[in-house]
Amino acid sequence: MSAVSKPVAAPAAHHEHRDDEGSKTGMWLFLFTEVLLFGGLFIIYAVYRHRFGAEFHEAAHELNKVMGVTNTFVLLTSSLTMVLSVGALHRNQVAASLRWLWATFGLACCFLVIKFFEWSAKHHHGIWPGGEHLHSLPSGEGLFFNLYFMMTGLHGIHVVIGMAVMAVVAARISSGRITADRFGALEYTGLYWHLVDLVWIFLLPLFYLTN
Amino acid sequence: MSGTNTGPAYTGSYLQDYGSRRGLMAWLTTTDHKRIGIMYMVVMFSFFAIAVLLGLLLRLELMNPGLQFVTARVYNSVFTLHGVIMIFLFIVPGIPAVMGNFIPPLHLGADDVSFPKLNLASWYIYMVGALMALTSLFVGGGVPDTGWTFYAPYALRSNTNVSLAVLAAFVLGFSSILTGMNFITTIHRLRAPGMSFFRMPLFCWGLYATAWIQVIATPVVGITLLLVVMERSLGIGFFDPARGGDPILYQHLFWIYSHPVVYVMILPAMGVVSEILPTFSGRTIFGYRAIALSSMAIALVGYVVWAHHMFTTGISDTARWIFSLLTFLVAIPTGIKVFNWMATLYKGSIRIEVPLLYALGFVFLFSIGGLTGLVNGALATDIHVHDTAFIVGHFHYTMFGGAGIGFFAALHYWWPKVWGRSYNKKRALWAWGLIMVGFNTLYFPMLVLGIMGMPRRYADYLPQFHTPHLISTIGSWIIFTGMALMFFNLIRAIRHGEKAPDNPWGGTTLEWQTTSPPPQLNFATPPVVTTGPYDHTALRAAAAAAREARP
Amino acid sequence: MHDTHTIDGHAVAAEHGHAGHGHAKHAPVPHHVFIRVWVALLVLTAVTVAASVGFPGRVGIGVAMVVTPIKAALILMWFMHLKYEKPVFKFMFLSAMVVLAIVMGLTFFDYSFLGEGDYGRSI
Repeated sequence: MSAVSKPVAAPAAHHEHRDDEGSKTGMWLFLFTEVLLFGGLFIIYAVYRHRFGAEFHEAAHELNKVMGVTNTFVLLTSSLTMVLSVGALHRNQVAASLRWLWATFGLACCFLVIKFFEWSAKHHHGIWPGGEHLHSLPSGEGLFFNLYFMMTGLHGIHVVIGMAVMAVVAARISSGRITADRFGALEYTGLYWHLVDLVWIFLLPLFYLTN
Repeated sequence: MSGTNTGPAYTGSYLQDYGSRRGLMAWLTTTDHKRIGIMYMVVMFSFFAIAVLLGLLLRLELMNPGLQFVTARVYNSVFTLHGVIMIFLFIVPGIPAVMGNFIPPLHLGADDVSFPKLNLASWYIYMVGALMALTSLFVGGGVPDTGWTFYAPYALRSNTNVSLAVLAAFVLGFSSILTGMNFITTIHRLRAPGMSFFRMPLFCWGLYATAWIQVIATPVVGITLLLVVMERSLGIGFFDPARGGDPILYQHLFWIYSHPVVYVMILPAMGVVSEILPTFSGRTIFGYRAIALSSMAIALVGYVVWAHHMFTTGISDTARWIFSLLTFLVAIPTGIKVFNWMATLYKGSIRIEVPLLYALGFVFLFSIGGLTGLVNGALATDIHVHDTAFIVGHFHYTMFGGAGIGFFAALHYWWPKVWGRSYNKKRALWAWGLIMVGFNTLYFPMLVLGIMGMPRRYADYLPQFHTPHLISTIGSWIIFTGMALMFFNLIRAIRHGEKAPDNPWGGTTLEWQTTSPPPQLNFATPPVVTTGPYDHTALRAAAAAAREARP
Repeated sequence: MHDTHTIDGHAVAAEHGHAGHGHAKHAPVPHHVFIRVWVALLVLTAVTVAASVGFPGRVGIGVAMVVTPIKAALILMWFMHLKYEKPVFKFMFLSAMVVLAIVMGLTFFDYSFLGEGDYGRSI
């Protein structure tokens, strides 16, 4: 089989080639690292739950189930709006895509607001990392709350990062840098966002539905 | 000529600047995998030199009983820093960052990695982490004295710069992860036409398995180290016994990464050996598929043995025997490699060259390391040797005698390709000899000391341990001399070496089909692959034809 | 059909990027599929909550442990498009999860077999 004859002059800077499947592979690999990052915390949770089952149960009473479940619905819906945004851009419906993307952003905001109220309430009751009250609780309860703050906190940081990325991506869609022919950035943002959702749906039963 | 590209990016040298940027800026903004490999090499070996000097200091203190040069507290910081630099700044980025950047795209017939800009970012992230680690020397409480393992609860309480050092390790972990992501994608996506997975050079297989460990295992230590920082700064206590936490859980999480990471260290070195042996045996590797798959097997089994670092910490008896059993399993794929390497040499047409000597040195030293690993893996004997000098000897035989010597082998094998220059063979042989003698003089006594009962991480010791310590310190001077000569020889070759041919060793993999040094985009004519990577028939035919042609 | 790479190895960019591997390969998934997945997720969440409230203890926990992975699978397969991707992606994801599961399981060989008090550790 003969090679195609193609004398090419030297490219100016670096030779770019587009490989969507490669980019997607890279993104999935990054998601694996996130899974393992949270995975470490899940291992810690599992160990201490095994050890302090009753105290975990007891401590979980303090958490606001309504807020937790509401946040779950919020995030699940935001996953929907995100995937609709990607689908819209795929169909070259730029305006619709942007609307869905901003809807996702808005729902993420909503999530953070609810989280803020949750955490404020905890703080008000003295349940706060490094706090006196936390220290005075039985070990298992202290560990439960430390895990709660650590895991929902790390998750919250990921929500904020996701929102920042969404904003950047929205700007690039508006400016035409991300298009129906080339929307990897939006798609991978979506993958990231779904992972954020995935982590949360595991956090829900572990913390909010434990009692 | 079909498919041939013109222009300096295809026909010049990657070492030359052709674009608008020149000099240092051209390097600092490069996305060329070869230049990035060189940049890693320069900084990593600089850090290596610092860590070697720290090692020499340790040996100097241990030469005689009593404390002559440092206090015990300073000694603790010295071995901590020695370990942190050697592990996080040198051997973990290791061969992947240097030769793993330079060679695989050439091996695959590609013009770069999948994510060249990310590759450069990895380097910068590495630099940030390295600077953070070195900053811990100079600020606040000074270098951590916890050992490179940062065990709870001491690491949670020490007044030294644990948080800074640990965050540095976190940042370095990021660099490692990004490199891993890049390599996996590159190997999946950028193989030349005709190069199936099982026609890929074994160096790439080693790097592929390594990259998977980097991606999957590193985040676990990332979160663990983050929790140490959280506990020190915010009082979020997961490992604090006073709050019901289990310090052993820290060890579990730490070793869940840190055991697989030793395979990150060794798999690329094994890949290098798998490249060198066929070349200098003049024949194909024995059992290609077995070696390739054994790399993946080692990576996988490497995840399930970590608690063999914890046999004496009080873990359950059940955990102990299970992990001991699993530990023995990992020797199997390793053994497969060693046997296949030997079979490759057997009845081969062997040419003694410096890279081959280092590769053989690897096999010898790593085998000793591996055998001592069996002593550690067996519960009954581990009780006696854990936390003794025996362990120190064991891991230096594997990490230094294995990964380190493998690194030197890679340097000597690919140096002519990288720089287009040959090094002085005689000096290289002397250096090799000194290193081999020095290495065993330095580390074998540690095995003896450990069995005699000498603890590790102790600055002082009882008189009965004196003689082996003395011998070991002398060994450190011998190996230092050898390494100094080796680096002098290599560095001198860059400017003053004879021009090297494209294929000085008679290698069959694709990097030898392009110029020494390669052009920026690697191949003037993009390769199409029709055989396995170690097929010597073409070379043999050419040699036969040359013999015929001679009158 | 040839391998995934173009004939003259160093890619002719447009061909390589677009023909086999651009988004043209998968037609967009219809909206209503996603809506249905979303509804299923909401329903399953409600089921989990109801079980934990109505049957606290083992049953509630059991339901959560069964239903949550199902929800995760829905998100992975449809929202994250894994159902439509090449097998290699599914395999990679499964491998990562298997490693996590094994590691978690092996850790429990320590914790499940300890004695009482202070983690029952004795050296």
